[in-house]
Amino acid sequence: MSLAADLETVLSSGIRLTAPLAFAACGEYLAERGGALNVSVEAMMLGAAFGSIAVADVTGSAATGLLSGVLIGALIGIVHGLLTYRVHVNTFVAGLVLNALVLGLTSYLVTIGELGSHHVAQLSVPGLRDLPVLGGPLFVERWPVYLLVLIVPLTWWLVERSRWGLELRAAGEDPAAADMTGIRVNLCRGQALVWCGALAGLGGAYLAVGEVGSFNQNMTAGRGYLVIAAVIFGGWRLGRTLAGCALFGLADASRLALPALGFTVNSQLLVSAPYLLALVAMLLFTTRHRRPGALAQPFRRHAPDPG
Amino acid sequence: MTRLEGGLRGSAGVAYALQNRAVAGVSALAVVAALALSGMLIAVTGGSPGAALRALVQGSLGDATAVSMTLLYAAPLLLVAVGACVSARAGAFNIGQEGQVLIGALAGAAAGLRLAVPGPLLVVVVLLAAGLAAGAWASLSSLMHELRGVDIAVSTLLMTFLAQQIVAYAVTTPWLLQESRLGAAAALPQSNKVPAGGLLGSFGDYPGLQVNAGLLVGLTAAVLMAVALRHTRWGFRLTMTGLNPAAARHAGVPVGRMGGMALAVSGALAGVAGAVLLTSPLSTNRLQPGGSLGLGWDGLLVALIARNRPLLTIPVAALFAMLRSGGGFLAATGVPSYLVDVVKALLTLAFVAPALLRRAA
Repeated sequence: MSLAADLETVLSSGIRLTAPLAFAACGEYLAERGGALNVSVEAMMLGAAFGSIAVADVTGSAATGLLSGVLIGALIGIVHGLLTYRVHVNTFVAGLVLNALVLGLTSYLVTIGELGSHHVAQLSVPGLRDLPVLGGPLFVERWPVYLLVLIVPLTWWLVERSRWGLELRAAGEDPAAADMTGIRVNLCRGQALVWCGALAGLGGAYLAVGEVGSFNQNMTAGRGYLVIAAVIFGGWRLGRTLAGCALFGLADASRLALPALGFTVNSQLLVSAPYLLALVAMLLFTTRHRRPGALAQPFRRHAPDPG
Repeated sequence: MTRLEGGLRGSAGVAYALQNRAVAGVSALAVVAALALSGMLIAVTGGSPGAALRALVQGSLGDATAVSMTLLYAAPLLLVAVGACVSARAGAFNIGQEGQVLIGALAGAAAGLRLAVPGPLLVVVVLLAAGLAAGAWASLSSLMHELRGVDIAVSTLLMTFLAQQIVAYAVTTPWLLQESRLGAAAALPQSNKVPAGGLLGSFGDYPGLQVNAGLLVGLTAAVLMAVALRHTRWGFRLTMTGLNPAAARHAGVPVGRMGGMALAVSGALAGVAGAVLLTSPLSTNRLQPGGSLGLGWDGLLVALIARNRPLLTIPVAALFAMLRSGGGFLAATGVPSYLVDVVKALLTLAFVAPALLRRAA
C-alpha cells in the first residue's frame, strides 16, 4: 500500500473515533463552564448507545434510535442534576454511581435480549468526496457526523454569546456573586447537565447506530472519561477541547491501524496518553486556562453552620 | 449539625439521635426499594426473583466453601473502604482506589518476585511494598493539589487509567514482570507466580471453612482506623479538617498536611488490598491487567454506604462480598450475573439519597 492510502486509513478511522468524543465534549465543555464537572458522561454515552440500538430494534428505524439515544442521555442528565442540585449528593458520587448503574443495567439487558444490527444512512458530499487523501475520510460519513458542523458553533454561541451562557459562566465562576444578582445557580447548572446529557447521548448513540451498528457490553469502554480528559486538556476552551478529541481519536486510530500496517507501537502509551496529557496540561498551562473558579464545588445559599 | 457538637450539648445530642433514627428508617426503606426494583427487573425480563435470591444466598452463605469465598472477597473490599473513609473524612475526596489497588498489586508482585527475603517474612514485605507504592502513587495527587490546585477527585480518577496501562505494560514486557516461559509456549500477559513464602496463609482446610489472613488485615485496619479517628488527636484534627478547613486552620491544624496524610493512608490501604488480592486464593497469585476485579470501585461504594465510618464498613463489605460470591451462582438460574452490579448501584443510590433528610433536619 502507498503512504497516501495508509494515511487515508488512519485518518478516516481517526475521524470516526473522534466524532463520538467531539459530540460529548461539546456537552461536557458547556457543563464544566457552569461549574458542573459531570463524571456521568460515561453513563450517558453507554445508556444512549444501548437505547439507540434497542429502540431501533423495536421501531426498525436507526434514526429514531439515534433520537432516543439523545433523550436517554438527557434523562441521565436530569437524574444527575436532581441528585446533585436537589438532594445535594456529592457530584462525583452521583456520577460514579450512575456510571455503575448504567454499566450493570445495560450489561444485564444485553445478555438477556438478542439485539439486532442497525446503521443510519451514509452521506457523501458530491465533489468534495473526490479530494485526494482528505476526501474519503472527511466527506463520506454516516450523516450524524455532519451535525457537528451545527453543534460546535451552537455550543460556542450558547456559552459565549447568549444570555443564558453568561449566567452559566457566572454560576461556574463565582456562584455566590451570581446568586446575588438573581441567577438561579443550581437551576442553571441543572439545565447545563441536561444539555450535556443530550449531546453525550448523541455521541453514544452515534457510536452504536453510526459506527459499530450494534451494541456490545461496555461498548463505550471509558470514552466518557476520555471526554473529561479532553476538556481539561483543552483548558476549558472549546477549540482546544475539540483539538484534544481529534488528538485522542487519532491516537486510538493509530493504535489500531499501525500494527496492521507493519509499524510497532506502544499500545499502553497510546491508551494512557490522553490522561497523561490532561494531567500535564493541568500542571503546566494553568495561566492559559479558563478553569471555572467554582468547578465541581456545590453551591447552597444558606450553607449550614459548619462545625 | 455534627457529631462533635452533638457530643458537647445534651439537647443537641438527643436531636442527633432522633435524626439518626430517622435516617436509619429511611435507609431501611431505601434498601427495600432497591431490592424491590432489582426483583422487578428480574421479573420483567422473564426470570424468577425468588430463584435468583436463593441462588445469591446459597452461593454466598450456603456451605462452608461459599462462606470462605465470601470472606475472601470481604478482605480487599474492607481495606479499600476503610481507606476511602479516611480520605473522605479529611475532605480529600479520593476516587482513584481502582488504580491504587493495581499499583499495590504491581509493587507487591515486584517485591515478591524480585526480593530474596526468606519465607514468611516475604509476605510482610509484599504487603508493605504494596502499601508504600500505592500511598506514594496517591500522594502524587496531593502534590498536584499543592502545586497547582488540581482537584484531588479529578487527578485520582485520571490516574486510575494511567495505573491500568502501567500494569498492562509491566506484564507484557519481558524485562519487567512478564512471565518467563520455557519452550515454545508464548508468554501470556501476566507475571510469574508469587513464591509460596509471599502468599497469605489460611486457617482451616479447603472443603471446610477457610479464613484467609487477609481478612484479619482488613478487620485490624477497620478497628484501628475507627479508634484513631474517634479517640486520637490525629483523628480529631483530620475530621476537623474535613468538616471546616478554615476553622481547622484557625485552630492551628496543618490543614494541607492532614489532607495529604489522609490521602496517602487511603492510597496505602487500597494498595494493601491489591497485595491481598494478589497473594490470597482469590487470584492465581500472578499479576494480571484485570487483577483488581473492579474491587477498587466497589470498595468506594462500600465506604459511601457506610457513611465514611470505618466500623460500619465491616457489615457493608460483607454484604458486597456476598453479592460477589453469590453472583457467580446466578447464571444457573438464567439471570445474568450482571444483576449484582445493578443491585450494588441501586443500594448505593438508596443510601446516599437520605442525605437529604439529614441535611434538612
